[in-house]
Amino acid sequence: MEKVLLKGNEVIGEAAIRSGCRLFFGYPITPSTEIVEYLSAQFPKVGGTVLQAEDEIGAINMCYGAACTGSRVMTASSSPGVSLKQEGISFSAAVGLPMVIVNVNRCGPGLGGLGPAQSDYYQSTRGGGHGDYRTIVLAPSKAQELYDYTMLAFDLADKHRLPVLLHTDGFLGQTMEPVVLKERPEAPETDRSWVVDGAKGRKKRILASYSLTNEIGEANNLRWEAKYKHIQETEQRWEEFHTEDAEYLLVSFGTTARICKSTVLNARKKGIKLGLIRPITLWPFPNDAFVPYKDKVKGIVSVELSMGQMIEDVKLAVECKMPVELYRRQGGMLPTEHEILTFVENTFNLSAVEEV
Amino acid sequence: MEKIFGRSKGLSDVPFSFCPGCTHGTIMRLIAEVLEELDIIEDTIGVSPVGCAGFSQEFFSCDFIGAAHGRAQAAGIGIKRALPDRIVFTYQGDGDIAAIGTQHAIHAAARGEKITSIMVNNAIFGMTGGQMAPTTLEGMKTTTSPYGKDVSVSGYPIDLPRLIANLDGAVYVAAVSVDSPKNINQAKKAIKKAFQVQKAGLGFAFVSVLSTCPTNWGVSPVESLQWLRDNMMPVYQMGELKVTEEVKSL
Repeated sequence: MEKVLLKGNEVIGEAAIRSGCRLFFGYPITPSTEIVEYLSAQFPKVGGTVLQAEDEIGAINMCYGAACTGSRVMTASSSPGVSLKQEGISFSAAVGLPMVIVNVNRCGPGLGGLGPAQSDYYQSTRGGGHGDYRTIVLAPSKAQELYDYTMLAFDLADKHRLPVLLHTDGFLGQTMEPVVLKERPEAPETDRSWVVDGAKGRKKRILASYSLTNEIGEANNLRWEAKYKHIQETEQRWEEFHTEDAEYLLVSFGTTARICKSTVLNARKKGIKLGLIRPITLWPFPNDAFVPYKDKVKGIVSVELSMGQMIEDVKLAVECKMPVELYRRQGGMLPTEHEILTFVENTFNLSAVEEV
Repeated sequence: MEKIFGRSKGLSDVPFSFCPGCTHGTIMRLIAEVLEELDIIEDTIGVSPVGCAGFSQEFFSCDFIGAAHGRAQAAGIGIKRALPDRIVFTYQGDGDIAAIGTQHAIHAAARGEKITSIMVNNAIFGMTGGQMAPTTLEGMKTTTSPYGKDVSVSGYPIDLPRLIANLDGAVYVAAVSVDSPKNINQAKKAIKKAFQVQKAGLGFAFVSVLSTCPTNWGVSPVESLQWLRDNMMPVYQMGELKVTEEVKSL
């Protein structure tokens, strides 16, 4: 297998190509732009199409149309751009369209700045647009995961017929790291009986989301609810790091999860039994990961690049059985492993523990 | 006895549900006949908008998708880019394509997207109960211009075909009406041309069809046809606004 050095955003582009995606509709926005640039250079070589749309709304609705034909399709943007896409994501969720949407999260609100952030967590995990729906959200923390999760995103989108969001940030997007270009995994056979591609030798099909009566509306909502429940039961993903004997846990995803691993190792050197749970799926949130630790762990710190959004899901996951505190940086700033450890020590009064 | 008139194969068996005197049904029938005559029903995917035109997804016999308000062309472009050998058309009201979705109309034309867009212009938002549209005429009373449209406040009627005709990627642009048998025949010719353009892969084809809305105009079905002639035709440039040399030789 080929090992190459690529920028994080380029990794996503390469993974899309190797996932069999041949359609990309997008609009340039920092810090996501290398994705559309990479595909603009590479797609023509494999017969793919990149269309730079008139705006983000156009791009997501082009994805909507393309996805109706059963074609693999992707768009990528950054926070303000993803806000604009929400109408189209809601419609895509309602019709049950597989597509991959990349959010290279930058800090906000408003225009904000270009630095890394996780402040779109609520938007990503609560649907984001109008109506009651969810999208699967995958959160990579390094280049190899940008590659692997992009491939996974396409498969999950096809498997469950819904948009899948890849939640990354400017730090991951701009960092160059080695990545192994694995072959595409064998994709499971998926139902194609809903695809709209011309009614040749079959009855016409309509893909739309208008419900003529409230009764139909409720039946639709119940159907989607069952689908989301099934996904919650079957698709939770997470990584554990030094959790087995942990007395305290960090919970963090993406870039900050990576920093937290150093914090855990440093804590262990000082005799503090610290572990890390790194959610890979932000939705469905990995509640199951916390089950073994609910009655065991003395305290949890949610480490985030926001005012504290994921912390609500952590508290729900542990049913508030232990203190759950927040350590956060905002506005594009990243924490150091040391300041996280200092916070853990101060919060749980651990500074007396001897160095080992 | 030979059957000389019947339901077009381009239509489904769902009966039209439009208000009396509305010309949506006439326009849809023309499109259906064109799909049948060009033998492209099975190759065609329609895109319906939001508004009265949104019901189109039920009335045609070809595949359809329903788009968000104003986004029919963007969605249609997504289909066409995925399946370039299929025929894709959008069927949109003026409130859809000339208000909330104007950017897609302009850029679909600028990029020469190989789709066909039909705009049904009745100068008003019909489905929501008769509000002012960007196509509403000066002085026209609607529920959001109850004293008559004041252009100093709300602006002038937008003549979308004229705008579109200025863009290089648009190869066929026509503005027609279905207020009389003669004009219905001309409208059909224009619609047919707009689909032939796509079949030949020449570029963006756009047909605007003036239509009536007796319910929201507050006139009878019969009066509405004369109202259209008296009030809309002088404002909106009619006829073939753009026919490139390539299209002429079709």
